[in-house]
Amino acid sequence: MRARVLVRLKPGILDVQGSAIARALGGLGFDDVRDLRVGKVIEVEIAAADADRARARIDEMCKKLLANPVIEDYTIELERADDLAAARGGR
Amino acid sequence: MRFGVVVFPGTWSDCDFHYVISEVLHQPVKYVWHRDRSLGEFDCLVLPGGFAYGDYLRAGAVAGRSPVVDAVREFTARGGLVLGSCNGFQILCEAGLLPGALMRNECLQYRCQSTQLRVENVDTPFTRGLHAGQILTMPISHGEGKYHADPETLKLLKQRKRVVFRYATADGRLTRDANPNGSLDNIAGIVNDEGTVLGMMPHPERAAETAMGGTDGLLLFKSLLGSLVEDGTFLKR
Repeated sequence: MRARVLVRLKPGILDVQGSAIARALGGLGFDDVRDLRVGKVIEVEIAAADADRARARIDEMCKKLLANPVIEDYTIELERADDLAAARGGR
Repeated sequence: MRFGVVVFPGTWSDCDFHYVISEVLHQPVKYVWHRDRSLGEFDCLVLPGGFAYGDYLRAGAVAGRSPVVDAVREFTARGGLVLGSCNGFQILCEAGLLPGALMRNECLQYRCQSTQLRVENVDTPFTRGLHAGQILTMPISHGEGKYHADPETLKLLKQRKRVVFRYATADGRLTRDANPNGSLDNIAGIVNDEGTVLGMMPHPERAAETAMGGTDGLLLFKSLLGSLVEDGTFLKR
């Protein structure tokens, strides 16, 4: 089963990299950019019996290593459409 | 005092610390590999600068969960002293041994320069030989040294006098220009509640001989050596 973890800086934490990229876009003529923030995508292939268990394991991974709770939030997306449906049904 | 210098794949200041401890201070010192868990023979562990495990994911993230850092938890619990400099500070924060996080420098540049540090707390084993307000000159060399903590953590750090060093001007003012990386409140170094774990972005080992341009880094070691009292116990705060 494949999952995608999105790790983002928490709202309110200054993203200097994002600001620099936004300014660069402005320099390229994209003067409609109002805000830009940079995050990380982590793709995980996991052996799990079902979507709920996969999500629980990946949540544990995020808490232990993948995200730093001091500065980052994360969301977990299970990749396959049928897995996503199963995860929604399981909630 | 028996020192251990922790070496991760990607550490780069290990030899410098080893040299200063053995050749300048004439103290016993050994390297400690990142897989080692037995730390019983040491009084003070140094987590040096560098890019442990390539700093993949986040600076210090993987190292903060390594076998040796796991053992450091028990080491600190029984009163062992830990000095984390640069990447070592990042590792201590990632491991939760110190609060807060070190983020990308506000200027987005890697900064390798001399800095002035104002000593804020002389009530730790690392700073007891200094006086409050003293200005030390030490180099920094990092891309991710902007200290961040949430408002409650910052309040607690201030209340408990856990900020040990702040970036300052030569005459001790805390200005924006003196802050090389945009750190919250000009914070350059903090300690744990017991004062036994110090994390700092500057490099004391690179300011330990006149030939290096200064010896202020040695003052930390000299404070340390004065704090192991004769009966073998540490001088507590």
